[in-house]
Amino acid sequence: MSDRITGAEALVRCLEAEGVDVLFGYPGGVALPIFDALYDSTKIRTVLPRHEQGAVHAADGYARVTGRPGVALVTSGPGAANTITGLANAYMDSIPVVVITAQVSTAVIGTDAFQEIDITGITVPITKHNYLVKNASELPEAMKEAFHIATTGRPGPVLIDVPVDVSKGELDFKYPDSVNLPGYKPTYKGHSKQIKQAVSLITRARRPLLYVGGGVLASGGAKELKELAELMQIPVTTTMMGKSVFPEDHHLWIGMPGMHGAKYTNYAITEADLLIAVGVRFDDRVTGKLAAFASKAKIVHIDVDPAEIGKNKPVDVPIVGDAKNVLAGIVAELRKAGAEPKTEAWVKVVDEWRKQFPLHYGGHDVAADHEQLYPQYVVQRISELTKDRPTVICTEVGQNQMWACQYYTLRHPRTWVSSGGLGTMGFGLPAAIGAQAGRPDALVVDIAGDGSIQMNIQELATAKVNGFPVKIVILNNGYLGMVRQWQELFYGRRYSASVLPQDCPDFVKLAEAFGCFGVRVERPGDVDSALQAAFDFDGPAIVDCRVVPEECVYPMVAPGASIDEMLGGVPGCPVSEMLDDELLEEVWE
Amino acid sequence: MKHTLSVVVENKPGVLTRVTSLFARRGFNIDSLAVGTTEDPTLSRITIVCSAADTPIEQITKQVHKLINVIKVQELDPSESVERELVLFKINAAPERRHEIIEIANVFRAKIVDVGRNSVTIEATGATDKVDAMEDLFRAYGIKEMARTGKIALTRGREG
Repeated sequence: MSDRITGAEALVRCLEAEGVDVLFGYPGGVALPIFDALYDSTKIRTVLPRHEQGAVHAADGYARVTGRPGVALVTSGPGAANTITGLANAYMDSIPVVVITAQVSTAVIGTDAFQEIDITGITVPITKHNYLVKNASELPEAMKEAFHIATTGRPGPVLIDVPVDVSKGELDFKYPDSVNLPGYKPTYKGHSKQIKQAVSLITRARRPLLYVGGGVLASGGAKELKELAELMQIPVTTTMMGKSVFPEDHHLWIGMPGMHGAKYTNYAITEADLLIAVGVRFDDRVTGKLAAFASKAKIVHIDVDPAEIGKNKPVDVPIVGDAKNVLAGIVAELRKAGAEPKTEAWVKVVDEWRKQFPLHYGGHDVAADHEQLYPQYVVQRISELTKDRPTVICTEVGQNQMWACQYYTLRHPRTWVSSGGLGTMGFGLPAAIGAQAGRPDALVVDIAGDGSIQMNIQELATAKVNGFPVKIVILNNGYLGMVRQWQELFYGRRYSASVLPQDCPDFVKLAEAFGCFGVRVERPGDVDSALQAAFDFDGPAIVDCRVVPEECVYPMVAPGASIDEMLGGVPGCPVSEMLDDELLEEVWE
Repeated sequence: MKHTLSVVVENKPGVLTRVTSLFARRGFNIDSLAVGTTEDPTLSRITIVCSAADTPIEQITKQVHKLINVIKVQELDPSESVERELVLFKINAAPERRHEIIEIANVFRAKIVDVGRNSVTIEATGATDKVDAMEDLFRAYGIKEMARTGKIALTRGREG
C-alpha cells in the first residue's frame, strides 16, 4: 500500500526507522519544512543548540558514548558552512555522524541564490560520503545508505543535502530494507592465514606490546582485547582515540603513547620486539620520528581500513578486518594451540620503568601545598571523586586534554570523548551535551581550558535550557596553554597572541548568567568541596580552577623527534643502564 | 614513475570530482585523464595516468577504492594492456609544404581531417610514444594547436 507523504515527513520517518531518539537541529529558511515535520514526531527529541558547530559536535559526542550514529540538522548556506569543523572532526576520528543540511530549491541551485552554498562540494574531503538529493522519491534510499555508510566499515560522517522543493515534494514512502552499494563492501573477517601468522609471532615474542586505538572501540572489541592481553600477558598502550577501551587500573595497561606519553610507555614501544597494532593509524603524534618508532619490533597491523595498513609504517603482518573479529580469531587460535605467556620478565621490566619514570608534577606534596594549585592535581581529584559512579569524561583541546589523558583513570569503554585527529578547540562542551543526551545516567564532566571553553561557550544555554547537567572544570591558567608551552620551549618565551587574562571573563558570573552553578577554586584544599558541589548541583556547573599559569605538559617529545627522546619528567638514561643485568639478559637475547 | 589506473565508477553526477580531488588531496599528480561510459551504461571508466614522487601507488589505489561510488580500481601493466590515445594537430602548412606533412601523416597512418589555406589538421591514434613521436616531427613545421584525449586502456584479452 502506498503511503503518499512529503519529503520532509519521509525524512523524519527515515530517522525514526533508524532509531534516532535525539537530533541536534538549528532551523532556518529552507529547513523549515523538515522542522515542521519534526514537530509531530513523538520519537525524536529535537535539541536546539546555539550554533550549528555545536550541533555537529553534540551529535559526535552522542555517537562516541553510545556507539550509535549522532544526527544534526541545519539550514542551508551559513548553517551548512558552520557544520564543516564538526564534520572534519568526526571524519578524522572516524565517528558515525549523519548531518542533514537543507538546500535552496533545485530550480535555483547554481545561481548564487540566497543562503546557497555547495555543501556537498565543500565536504567531499571531510565526509565518508555525501548526497545531494534531487528528487523526493530518492530520499529514503539516500537516508538508508547514509546511515549504513556512517556506521559500517570504518565509521565516519555522512552528509545529506536536501533542497527545499525535495522536502516539500511528495513521494510514495517505503523505507528500504537493504542498501545496494556495489562499490562498498567492507572486509570484516580477517584472513585466516594472516591470523595464523600473527599468532605465530605472538607465541614467539619476548617483548610484545598491544598498541590499540579507536578502531577497537568502534568495533566493540574491548572484551576480546582484554582476553588477548590477559591470556598472553601482553602490556597494552591505548592511543588517545583508544582511551577507555582497556581499563586503566589494570596492571597490563601502560599508558598513552606518543608526544605526551609517559616515559615508560614510549620506552616500551621503543624496546618491544612485537607490536600488535589494532585499530590505529600510526599518527604522527603517536610515532614521532617514524624511522625510530618501534624500530626493534615486528609489526602486526589490524585495521578495517586497508588504506591505513602500510600508509605510514611498513608492516610485517597486515590483517584487514574488524578489530573485534580479528582479536577473537587470534585468541581462539592461541587457545587452540595451548599458548602460554612468556612475558613475565618483560612485564617486570616495564613495571620497573613505570616506577623509575612515573608521570609527575610539582616536585613535592601538592596536596599539602596551600598556595600552588596544579592542573594535574585537579584532574587527579576528579578521577578520585568520580571513580565509583558512572562518569563520562569529555575534554577540550590542548594542555587540559593532555592532563586529562595522563591523570584521569578511565575504567569503562566509551567513557572518553575527546577531539583527536583534528584537535578541535571548542569541541568539549557541545560534545559533553551530546554525551549527556546519550548517557542520561552518567555524570558528564568536561575538562576544559580557559581558551577552548570560550570557543563554544554559548552552548551553556543549550545545556541549561534542555536539562543536560554537564560539569565544566576549567583549568584556568590565563593562557592558550599548549601554545604558550610551545612558545616557551621553541620560540624563546615570546608569548605572541597566547595570553588570556585569567579573570576575563569571570567564569563564575558567566555560569550564573546562564542560570548555572559557578564556583572558583584557588587553593588545592578547596578542590574537593568545589568539585563535589558542582557534581551534586542539579544542573550544569562551572568550576573555575585558577591553576599555576606556566605549567607545562611533560614528558614531551619535540615534533619530529624520536619518541624515546623526551623533554621534562624524571631524567632518563639509556635503557641498558636502567635495569639490572640479569633482567636484561632474560628479555633481550 | 608513471602509472596507468583504470577506475570503474558508478555513472552518477559528481563522481569524477570525488576521484580527481582525491588525487590532489593525497599528493598525486594527474598527467592525463579520460572518461567515458563502459559496456554497462550505469558505469563509467576513468583512465588516469598519474605520478607521485615518493608515495607508493598502492596508497592512492586503496584510497580511491574507498570512495563509495568506485567499483573497481586496477593498475594497468603496459605489457599486459592495450593503450591508445587520440590526438588532433593543427599544423602550420604553407601550400608548398603541405605535401611533406601529409607524407609524415601517412607514415603514421594518421588522417587528414581538415585543410586550410595555411594549415593542415591531422587526426591520429596510437600509444603514447607514437603520439609523442608525431608531435616531435610536427614541431619542426609549427604546431598551431594540439588536443590530446589522454590515454584510454584495457587489459589484454586472455583473462577474459
